[in-house]
Amino acid sequence: MSILLFAETQQGKLKKGSAELCSYGFALAQQQNISLTIVTINCENTDQLSQYGASKLINLNVNVDYFEAYAYASALAEIAMAEKSNIIVISTSADAKYMGGVLAGKLQAGYVTNVVELPSTSEPLTVKHAVFSNKAFANTVLEGKVNIIGLANNVHEETIQNSSTDVKQQDLHANIKCTQSSIEQSQGKATIADADVVVSGGRGLKGPENWGLIEELANVLGAATACSKPVSDMGWRPHSEHVGQTGKPVATNLYIAVGISGAIQHLAGVSASKVKVVINTDPEAPFFKSADYGIVGDAFEVLPKLTEKLKART
Amino acid sequence: MKILVCISCVPDTTSKINFKNNNTIFDDQGVQFVINPNDEFGLTRAIWFKEKVGATVDVLHVGESSADPNLRKALAIGADKAIRIDMSDTDAFVVADQISNYIQANPYDLIIAGRESIDYNGSMVPGMIAEKCDLAFVNNCVKLEIDGSTASATREMDGGMEVLRVELPLIIGSQKGLVEETDLRIPNMRGIMQARQKPFSVLPAEESSSKTSISSFEKPTPKAAVKLIPADDIDQLINLLKNEAKVL
Repeated sequence: MSILLFAETQQGKLKKGSAELCSYGFALAQQQNISLTIVTINCENTDQLSQYGASKLINLNVNVDYFEAYAYASALAEIAMAEKSNIIVISTSADAKYMGGVLAGKLQAGYVTNVVELPSTSEPLTVKHAVFSNKAFANTVLEGKVNIIGLANNVHEETIQNSSTDVKQQDLHANIKCTQSSIEQSQGKATIADADVVVSGGRGLKGPENWGLIEELANVLGAATACSKPVSDMGWRPHSEHVGQTGKPVATNLYIAVGISGAIQHLAGVSASKVKVVINTDPEAPFFKSADYGIVGDAFEVLPKLTEKLKART
Repeated sequence: MKILVCISCVPDTTSKINFKNNNTIFDDQGVQFVINPNDEFGLTRAIWFKEKVGATVDVLHVGESSADPNLRKALAIGADKAIRIDMSDTDAFVVADQISNYIQANPYDLIIAGRESIDYNGSMVPGMIAEKCDLAFVNNCVKLEIDGSTASATREMDGGMEVLRVELPLIIGSQKGLVEETDLRIPNMRGIMQARQKPFSVLPAEESSSKTSISSFEKPTPKAAVKLIPADDIDQLINLLKNEAKVL
């Protein structure tokens, strides 16, 4: 019996969310009183992973240099069987969700995504997870011999341990099903999935030519930019920036919504964010009801001032 | 080309979410069920293939007869055949099992399933089918071109895109981007009339056991009221974000 935790990499570097995931893995191992094995794939900076109290740390050198879900799921399934893991912890990144279903199929595992807490009971294993696009939570019993927990973003505190774990390198040849022919990856820019702050614009910005206001504020904050559904439908911004129920979910520390009225579908998609600031000219905008801080005002006046003042702080 | 689109029926995106029987069951009273938006983007792309390059499009649902109007809608907007596997769907594993059994008995070149349903947000069924049926799989698919037996599929990642080349048969996890919102179809009278003549089969479920079960639901705790800050006092906002919310 052991926990197997998968720490993802991107172009050889650990993803930012690994710290939270590994901290959760350690807390879960303590709670279940079993050991933690962290496995990563093609990782260049494994030393970072040695500080989370794992009993074992494995870096798999796999023969593909992009996220091949089938190959990665096969590799993890093999390690899970070798380690006799009964609980597997993965993230809810786009990559992890891509792989999770395949892995669950391979291991005939129980699998729950968007988990927000440590299990509330161990026998049976019960986890709380967000459903209905964050409008509710479900408590679900995992009934597999092996079970997979997909941890939601930004729900567990990061902790490090004093002990250090040695890394074991292991080569693994996996079969592939998809061949990557090209990739476009934003370099050094925060993404909606892992940014601490997201600045999001809606129809109140009046047109794509005004997006400089959003981008400048985002730059000062090191934030990712996002938009509401109408904005992406009208082609002002790419689909990949659409956040909400049918777009991307946001679970950031600070979400700043500018000129977004707050349709129920949008609120659902962003409600997992910790602090929400709403800037809107309409005091009746529904978004104010679910915001923490609000400014009733014109984005064209408020944003430049906010950007300037934040710039002056740094 | 034979295409299968897997359809889940979900509460309309504007629905209020409530529970009954001591918070153990979703309360569907007054809730309108629609085709899961991520499935509908995939269905619309499938119908595009049918009209532009020639294909047959079947739609498959695992669940009870309450889904039939949505399956008829799929037929009315262009699908050729509807199949419903009759059971109360208990979890993603069981649904993936039923769909996989059907695909193994009735092979397709392309299988489309939404990347996630907007009710339980599991995001697991397409991957489970891929594994059970040994299919190539591309999730979060925002673009799909097919040339003979080879497909080029674009996957949206966190902060990027990648183009993958795969051999059919293929399963994709569909989402917005695969077609535009404005490409979605509303059934017209002719389509509705034609749908009545199209094959609609209800099949018994095969033995399968679930791996998870929901014991209860909870609603999020209500939020405190918003703190309004005057538009000319930006310093106060920055101060609150820094010292009260501690997010700066």
